[in-house]
Amino acid sequence: MNFLKLKIPALQTDAMQHSEPYLAKAATQKALGYPEQLVENWQTVAVSKMGELLAQTPHLQAYLDNCVHCSACSDKCHYFLGTGDPKNMPVARQDLFRQVYRRYFTFAGKYFPRLVGAKDFDEKVLNDWYRYFHQCSQCRRCAVFCPFGIDTADIAMAAREILNSIGKGQRYTQEIIVKVESVGNNLGMSKPALQHILQNLEEDLFENTGCKIRLPLDEYGAEVLFIPPSADFFAEPHVDGFLGYAKVFYQAGLSWTLCSDATEAGNFALFSGSETHLQQIAARIHDAAATLGVKRIVFGECGHAWRVAHNLLPPLLKNLTLNRNYPVPQHICELSYDLLQRGALRIDKAKNAEKRVSFHDSCNIARASQMGNISGGQFKIPRALLTACCEQFHEMPRNTTHESTFCCGGGGGLLTDELMPLRIKGALPRIQAFQAVIATQQVTHLATICAICKTQLSQVFPNYRLERAQIISLHQLIGDALVLK
Amino acid sequence: MAIEVNGKVLETDEEGYLNDLADWSEEVAHSMAAKDGTELTAAHWEVINFLRGYYEEYQIAPAVRILTKAVAKSLGADKGNTQYLYSLFPEGPAKQACRYAGLPKPTGCI
Repeated sequence: MNFLKLKIPALQTDAMQHSEPYLAKAATQKALGYPEQLVENWQTVAVSKMGELLAQTPHLQAYLDNCVHCSACSDKCHYFLGTGDPKNMPVARQDLFRQVYRRYFTFAGKYFPRLVGAKDFDEKVLNDWYRYFHQCSQCRRCAVFCPFGIDTADIAMAAREILNSIGKGQRYTQEIIVKVESVGNNLGMSKPALQHILQNLEEDLFENTGCKIRLPLDEYGAEVLFIPPSADFFAEPHVDGFLGYAKVFYQAGLSWTLCSDATEAGNFALFSGSETHLQQIAARIHDAAATLGVKRIVFGECGHAWRVAHNLLPPLLKNLTLNRNYPVPQHICELSYDLLQRGALRIDKAKNAEKRVSFHDSCNIARASQMGNISGGQFKIPRALLTACCEQFHEMPRNTTHESTFCCGGGGGLLTDELMPLRIKGALPRIQAFQAVIATQQVTHLATICAICKTQLSQVFPNYRLERAQIISLHQLIGDALVLK
Repeated sequence: MAIEVNGKVLETDEEGYLNDLADWSEEVAHSMAAKDGTELTAAHWEVINFLRGYYEEYQIAPAVRILTKAVAKSLGADKGNTQYLYSLFPEGPAKQACRYAGLPKPTGCI
C-alpha cells in the first residue's frame, strides 16, 4: 500500500482547551535561572523577551512575516487529525504567536490591530499559548508541506522560552533539564545505580549468549564514548536495544565506554527553547570525551539527541583529538551500517524469522538530521540494517514515512502522564498507518530508533488494541540476529 | 492536594505521589490502592517492599529489568516479566507501584 487516506476530522472548536501540562515548581524554575512563578509584569517581560528572540534569530521573524494563510499545513498535524481542534492546525498555532508579534512589533499592528489580526498579549492569549504550544511535538511535519518552509517547531520553541522567562515553565521538561545538569541523565540515575544496572545486564547477557559481553563505565582510553538515552538502562523495550548495541560492539571487537557524567543522549532544552541550557547540556559530551580520552563519539537510539548531535556538536568538538576517519559524532546506525558493509557482522536473519517488521521514522531524525553523509541516509541506513537482519520488512504507506513521517504523538516534551489524552489522540495517524500494514502484510512489529517513540507507542498501543511488545528497538533486532559464537 | 490516612492529612502532588517520603506507612499504600479499587495482595507487597529497599540504597526506583528479576526470584520465574507486573499494577509497574510505595514518580523518556 502506497498511500494512506487520512480522514480530515470535523472541526471541534476548543476540543482540547482543557489540555495543559503541569507548571514547573518554583524550585525547578529557580535552579534553571527563571522566575519561580508568573511575574507580575509578565506582559512587559514577555514582549521584551520576544524582541530579544527576534533579534537573535532572524528566521523567526521571517516565519512570522511570510505566512500567506494558504492552509497547506492545516491538515498535516497529527494533533489536529487526532483532535479536530482548529487551534491544532499549524497555521492557527503559529497565529497565536503571530497575533502578539504583530501587535507589538509591526507598524500596522501597533496602530490598526483589528485590521491585521493583531492582539494584546492578555491573560486569555497567555492561557492559549501555554495550552496549545504544549500540543505541538515540534515534529516539523507541517513545515515539509509549507511552501515557505515555515517551521512551527521553531515558533513553539520560542513561545516556550518566553513562557519560561515569565515563570510559566512546563514541569516535565524543566525537571528533566535540572536532572541532566545535576546528575548526568534525564532519569536522575546516580553512578552506583548505573553500576548496579550494568552489572545485572552483563549477567543477563552472559546467561543468554554464553559470551562475556561487557558494559563498561568510565573506562579511560576506550576507543568509543557511547551516549545512549538513559531510558535505555531503565525501560522496556529500550533495554533490549541497549543490549543490542553491546552485542554489536562485542562482535566488532571495538572497545567502548559509557561516561557516568554524560549517560544521556537527550537534550530537553531543545524542547523548552532554552539556548543557554541547550549549549550547557551539549557541552557535557565534549567534557566527557576529553576526560576519557576517547577517539570516537557514538550516539544511541534517541531522535532529538541526534538532531542536536548532528547539527550542534561538530563545532563544539573541534578541539578534541578524535579519529576523523569516522563521522564526529557518529550515530549507532551509521556505526552498525559501516560494520555491515565491511562484513564485520555475522548475521543470521532466520533468528528473526517470526517477526514481520515495519519501520517508524522518528521526526527529528527524518526531518532535522542526516546519516552516512549520503542524501536520504537517515532513511536508507536504518532500512538497510533492518533488511539485513529481518527476512520480512514492509513499509507503511509512503505518505506516513520518510520526510512525511507522523510523530508518535509524544515528542517535543509532551511525554508526560497528564497529557495522556492528547498523546493517545495524537498517535492516531501513525497507528492507522501501522494498522494498514498489519492488515495487508501481517506485520507484527514496529521498529524505531528513538526512546520517546518507544515509550509513547508502547504506552498508547493498548488503547488501539495493539500490544505493548509490538514496539521494538532496531538494535534489538540486530542483536537478536547476530551469531556471536 | 492531600490525602487523609488514619486521621492524618498527608500532602501529595497532583497525581497523588507523596510530597514527603517520610509520610509513608503501610496504611498509606492500602488507602491509595483502595481508592483505585485494588486490594493489595502479598504479590503487591513483594514489589512495594522491593521498591522501597532499592530506593533507600540508590535514591531512584529500580529499572524495569531489575524489578522483573527480583520478582522472578521471590515469586517464581513465570512471574518475572512486565506482563505480570502490569497485571498487578495496570497503570504501569514503575509509576503506580512507586506511588503506593511512597516514592517520587520516575520521569524521563520512560
